[in-house]
Amino acid sequence: MSLKRKDLLSLAPLSVDEITLVLETADSFKEVTGREIKKVPALRGKTVVNLFFEPSTRTRTSFELAAKRLSADVINFSPSSSSVVKGETLLDTARNIEAMQADIIVLRHSSAGAAETLARGVKSSVINAGDGWHEHPTQALLDLYTIRERGLGFEGLRVAIVGDVAHSRVARSNIYALTKLGAKVRLVGPPTMMPWGVEKLGVKVYSNMDEGLRGVNVIMMLRLQLERQGRALFPTIREYARLYGLTAERVKLADAGAIVMHPGPINRGVEIAPDVADSLSSVILDQVANGVAVRMGILYLMSGAG
Amino acid sequence: MARRFFYAHSVASLRTIMATKQGVMKEWADEKLVMDAGDIARALTRIAHEILEHNKGVNNLTLVGIRTGGVHLAHRLVKRIHSIEGVQVPIGELDITLYRDDLALRKNQPVLRKTSVPFDLTDKVVVLVDDVLFTGRTIRAAMDSLMDLGRPGEIQLAVLVDRGHRQLPIKATYIGKNLPTSREEKVQVLLEENGEDDRVVIAKP
Repeated sequence: MSLKRKDLLSLAPLSVDEITLVLETADSFKEVTGREIKKVPALRGKTVVNLFFEPSTRTRTSFELAAKRLSADVINFSPSSSSVVKGETLLDTARNIEAMQADIIVLRHSSAGAAETLARGVKSSVINAGDGWHEHPTQALLDLYTIRERGLGFEGLRVAIVGDVAHSRVARSNIYALTKLGAKVRLVGPPTMMPWGVEKLGVKVYSNMDEGLRGVNVIMMLRLQLERQGRALFPTIREYARLYGLTAERVKLADAGAIVMHPGPINRGVEIAPDVADSLSSVILDQVANGVAVRMGILYLMSGAG
Repeated sequence: MARRFFYAHSVASLRTIMATKQGVMKEWADEKLVMDAGDIARALTRIAHEILEHNKGVNNLTLVGIRTGGVHLAHRLVKRIHSIEGVQVPIGELDITLYRDDLALRKNQPVLRKTSVPFDLTDKVVVLVDDVLFTGRTIRAAMDSLMDLGRPGEIQLAVLVDRGHRQLPIKATYIGKNLPTSREEKVQVLLEENGEDDRVVIAKP
């Protein structure tokens, strides 16, 4: 079994076997990240380019660390310091990077489909690190890894994804992957934040949070994008926090061993209460730690000579 | 399972792999038995004694098996050492995939397994254990991998079969059987742990 793909753009087309392969590969790298010398020579001589058109600390650092721990060379490229401000197109930028013999391009872009466009235009492997409201496959994979690490099986697993689902690429990738693996996914949030016809993906929609959380094994909170306030999605942050904020009381509605996840960065006191974020059921920092191992696994699998 | 097991020491043809997977290896026409279960057991007992003699006991002694065949053999050696000296020596398992020298050349990356060395290697005597010593490339990778895990005081090498054809200046400390082969032949160590009868066979291409 191997990942016979040039690119990782979306989780929608991935098979259960492919997802399982990524998770099992990440297991080996989790062990590597626990060593004193956290570096292996697997990607010696390969070049990974982080092409980030949107601000990101976590994902970019995570990819950079992952690539470096595999002994690849890493270049970070952000638009503010580049020719993009001079009007160069995405594809031209990428072709220039490719001409410098980049093996893998990690792309974060504000437009849905940017990674797909790029992948068609270049020979290098492209990894989607978030494209608009579309997908964020590596985040979902690290979420899956974290769930699995906690000993939870996917078949029949009840997962509530809470928040602004419509604008969340993390939610979309997780919905594709979790339903594929046999989990029962619930989406919880105000109707203004639910994408049209999302039920077709095999999920259940709840606008009442207490109902949505009842008996779930995993509570996956989404970040409230505060900059969206005033666009008629929710009246005030206070009201949102009251209706959809995760409090210790609400966690009690879930299954006794339920875990709390969040892709970060968290808004303490908005979508998640500080004591919940710091509680034992919170796996938020495990997600960050696992992100490096999972991305090492993905970089390793994608780095075949093609 | 079987697949990982073979390419460490021979570029097994797809046909061989398929045949082995279905457990019909025995019926393969050109297969020659070179060690049976008794031979393997006696060789391992001798190696266990040699390890103890060479190292003057179990002080600082550790065993690290190379996945997959080497791990099973390492466990058997640890059992024998225990029955001789009454001491359980620490045992580790090494997956050398990330240290292979042909990773950049491969189209698809080999499946990774876990490395697990749950003890501090510093200043320890590490006996690497593998089933077949062939080109020596696996051992080179294993030594590099060990060095990243710590700084062993000494590394020794125990193999069940040395089939020659070294491509690197590597020599085993303990050898179960020297087996003259041609480069094209495949040497396979089949073990109970993999659901086979214990035996070593040479298969002609």
